Amino acid sequence: MSMIDRNLRSLLLGELISGMSLTLRYFFKPKVTLNYPYEKGPLSPRFRGEHALRRYPNGEERCIACKLCEAVCPALAITIEAEPRSDGSRRTTRYDIDMTKCIYCGLCQEACPVDAIVEGPNFEFATETREELFYNKDKLLANGDRWEHEIAQNLELDAPYR
Amino acid sequence: MPKLTIDGKEIEVAEGLSVLQACELAGVEIPRFCYHDRLSVAGNCRMCLVEMERAPKPIASCAMPVGEGMVIKTDTDKVKKARNGVMEFLLINHPLDCPICDQGGECDLQDQAVAYGFDRSRYDENKRAVSEKFMGPLIKTIMTRCIQCTRCVRFATEIAGVEDIGLVNRGENAEITTLERAIDSELSGNLVDVCPVGALTSKPYAFVARPWELRKTDSIDVLDAVGSNIRVDTRGREVMRVLPRLHEDINEEWINDKTRHACDGLGRQRLDRPYLRNGAGRLEPVSWAVAFKAIADRLKGVAGNRIAAIAGDLCDAESMLALKDLMTGLGSPNLDCRQDGAQLDPSCRAGYLFNTTIAGIEQSDAALIVGSNPRWEAAMINARLRKRVLQGGFKAGLIGRQVDLTFSYDYLGAGPESLAEIAEGRGAFAEVLKKAERPMLILGMGALARPDGAAVLATARRIAERYGLLAEGWNGFNVLHTAAARVGGLDLGFLPGEGGRDTAGILQGCGDGSVAALYLLGADELDMGRLGDAGKGPFVIYQGHHGDAGAHRADVILPGAAYTEKNATYVNTEGRVQLARLACFPPGEAREDWTILRALSETLGQQLPYDNLGELRQRLVETNRNFAAVDQIEPAAWDSFGQAEGPMDAAPFASPVGVFYMTDPISRASETMAQCVEAFSLGVRKGATGTHG
Repeated sequence: MSMIDRNLRSLLLGELISGMSLTLRYFFKPKVTLNYPYEKGPLSPRFRGEHALRRYPNGEERCIACKLCEAVCPALAITIEAEPRSDGSRRTTRYDIDMTKCIYCGLCQEACPVDAIVEGPNFEFATETREELFYNKDKLLANGDRWEHEIAQNLELDAPYR
Repeated sequence: MPKLTIDGKEIEVAEGLSVLQACELAGVEIPRFCYHDRLSVAGNCRMCLVEMERAPKPIASCAMPVGEGMVIKTDTDKVKKARNGVMEFLLINHPLDCPICDQGGECDLQDQAVAYGFDRSRYDENKRAVSEKFMGPLIKTIMTRCIQCTRCVRFATEIAGVEDIGLVNRGENAEITTLERAIDSELSGNLVDVCPVGALTSKPYAFVARPWELRKTDSIDVLDAVGSNIRVDTRGREVMRVLPRLHEDINEEWINDKTRHACDGLGRQRLDRPYLRNGAGRLEPVSWAVAFKAIADRLKGVAGNRIAAIAGDLCDAESMLALKDLMTGLGSPNLDCRQDGAQLDPSCRAGYLFNTTIAGIEQSDAALIVGSNPRWEAAMINARLRKRVLQGGFKAGLIGRQVDLTFSYDYLGAGPESLAEIAEGRGAFAEVLKKAERPMLILGMGALARPDGAAVLATARRIAERYGLLAEGWNGFNVLHTAAARVGGLDLGFLPGEGGRDTAGILQGCGDGSVAALYLLGADELDMGRLGDAGKGPFVIYQGHHGDAGAHRADVILPGAAYTEKNATYVNTEGRVQLARLACFPPGEAREDWTILRALSETLGQQLPYDNLGELRQRLVETNRNFAAVDQIEPAAWDSFGQAEGPMDAAPFASPVGVFYMTDPISRASETMAQCVEAFSLGVRKGATGTHG
C-alpha cells in the first residue's frame, strides 16, 4: 500500500511542490543575510574585539603599569615595562600586545583595576603582514582615542552586571 | 621548661619565649605586623591576638611570655572575630593603591587581608593622608600606606644604630618621621625589607618589576669579604635587585646597602667582547681567536720568570686556580692575590682567617679592633659587634682612625705605638683584655697593607698569645679581609712561588722592565701608573667584567663574567667556602672566567687538564681539602706565623675603604652608588619628588 502511495506522490511531483512551497515561504519572509561590509549585525556590549588603551577625560592615560594584565594573560601576549615618569607617577614605558598570540579571552580587561586596557567593539583589524599585528603603546592609545565613545557606552551598559 | 597547651596540643618550650614563638613551634601560624624576630617587642598592631583560658579578653601573643600550664586557643570564633576587627581597623586608613604599590605581590598586609580580612569596606569617611618624608637616595616613602608598626624605628635604633626615625603624635595623627635627611646608615636598605607594607620601598627599584616576573637565584655576595647570603632576582638577562637570604652565622637576615643596590652596576661599563690594542695605541674589538693569537705571539719566547699574574678582589677560586695552573705551566713563579700588598703570612691558615667566626663574636667579651673600620669594611660584622655591645658585658677598643662605629668603644690611638703599648701590657685596655675570658682581636687591612705590615702582624700575634686569645675551643685572633677573593686565593696558594715576586715586586719589575708580560685577573685596585704606558711598559692582559682601571691600561682585554653570572666558589673572611650560582648569562661574548683560561691555555700549548666545572672543582679540592666542606667552618690550627719582628712605622693606620659606596668595579659603575656618594659623602640634599602616583 505504501509503495503505491509513494509512487503516486512521485508521479504527481509531490516532493517538488513541497520543496518549492518552502522556497516560496522564505521568499516572502524578511531576509537574514547581511550585505557585509555595508551592513553589520548587532554586537553585545561584552563583545571582545580589538584592544585599546583608554585615557581619562582630561587626556591622562589610565594605565598605571600594575602589570596585572601581563600576569593574567594566558597566552603571554602582553609585555610591559615601567618606570617613574618625570612627575614621579607610575607609568609604562612600553606596553606591547602581540595580537597574533592573543586569544581574546578578555582576562586583561577583567584584571585591569582602572579600566585602561579594554577589548573594544572593533573586529575589523585584519592586516596583510604579521608585523602590523604587534601592537605597541602608541597604537593601543590611538585605538582608545578612536573608539572611546563606543567603549564608554559599552562599559556603561555592562556596568549593572559587574 | 614551661609546658603549655596550644589548640589542644601539649608542647614544652624554653623559658622566656613569647606565646607567639611557642605557637610557631607548635606549627600554628599567627598573623603579625609589628612583631619581628630580631627586633624588640612593641605589641602595637594587635594582629597576633589569641585566646587564653582564664583571661578576660584576647591577649597579644607577641608580648605575652609563656607560663606553666597556659591553655592557648588560636582557632576559636572569638580569635577569628578579633583578627577580622583588627584588620578592618588597619585598613581604615590604608589607601587602596595596591596596583601602583611596589610592595604589591609581596606585601604582608595584602596577604593577611586576603586571609583574615572582610571582602568589602564598611568605611565611608575620608581616609587620612600623610606627607612624604625624605630618607635619601635608597628609600622611597609613601607614608599614607604606613600602619605604624614601628618596625623601621626599632630597626634603625636597635640594629643600624642611627636614631634618625621616630614616631610622633598619637591616635589619628600618629606618623613616622625622620630628620628630613638621608638615613646615614650602611644598613638602611633593610628598612624596606622590615616594612610589612609599602610605606618604605626601594627607590632605585621603583616601579620597574613585579615579584612574580622575577627569577630568584640563591647566591653569595662578593662586594666585601663577609660573603653575605643573597638572593639575586633577575628578569631576562638583567639583575633587577638583590635581597638578603637568611644565614644565622653570617648576615642573619640583613645585607648592607652596597650589596643590595650596587647591582645596577652589573649592567653598565661592561666588557662584552675581546679587545686588542692596535698599532695606533687604541683598543679595538676583535674576535676571541685573534685575541688569543695576539697573546700567544707576545708570550712566545718570553722566559717564565718574566711573566707575572695578579688576581683581583672579586675573583672566584676556580678562575684563580686555572690561572695558577696556567702560570705554573708557563714556568712563572710570579703570582699574587694580594693586590693591596697586605703582608699576610700564608704559611698558617689561622694567621689569615677571622677565626672567632662572625657568630662567635656573640660569645666574646672584649674586642680590640686594629687598623680597621668594620662599619665600612664589613658592615655585617659591625652589626654583629653592635649586637654584642648591646647585650652588655662587652668592651671594645679601637686603634686606627676614630670613626663612628654605631657603638661605644675606647679609642686607644691612631697608630702602631698604641698597638705596641698593648703588646707590652701597658694602658687601661690591656687590663680589659687581661680580665676578659674570651677576648678577640680584629686586625684590619689598614694595619697589614703597609710596608711594616709584617711587623704589625707579629705584634698582633704576640698580643694574641699574651692575653689568652687562644684557649680551648676559642680563637680570638681575627684578620678582617676586605676582598671576597682573598681567603680563597691564599687557600689555593695563588702566591709567589720559589723565588717569585709578590705584588710589590711585580710592580717594581714592570717599572724596570724585568717583567715583560702581566696577567691581571680582575685586578683594578693597583696603581696602573706603575705599569708604564701601553706600548712601552709590559704587555698587559686584563681579564675582567668591567671597563675599569685595569682595562684602560690593558693591551688585550678578555671579557669575563661578574659574580651573578657564573657558578663559582668563594671563601669568606671566616674561611667559609660558599657557592655563588649563575643567575643570568654574561653579556655579549663574555664568558665564565675559568673557561677563558682553559681556552687560552690550549692556544698557548699548555692545555689545562680539566674540561668541565666538576673536574676543576675536584682539582680545587685536591689543592686544598677545605674547598670540599661547603658552608662549614673547620677551626684552623694555630701554628708559627708572623715571626717577622721589626720596627713599626709611626704612621697612623688608615682604613683601605675610603668611600663605602665605591670600592670595586661594580659599585664604581653603579648609578645608585654614585647617588649615595653624593648624598652621604658629599652631603648633597635632595628633597622628595612631590606627587607620587
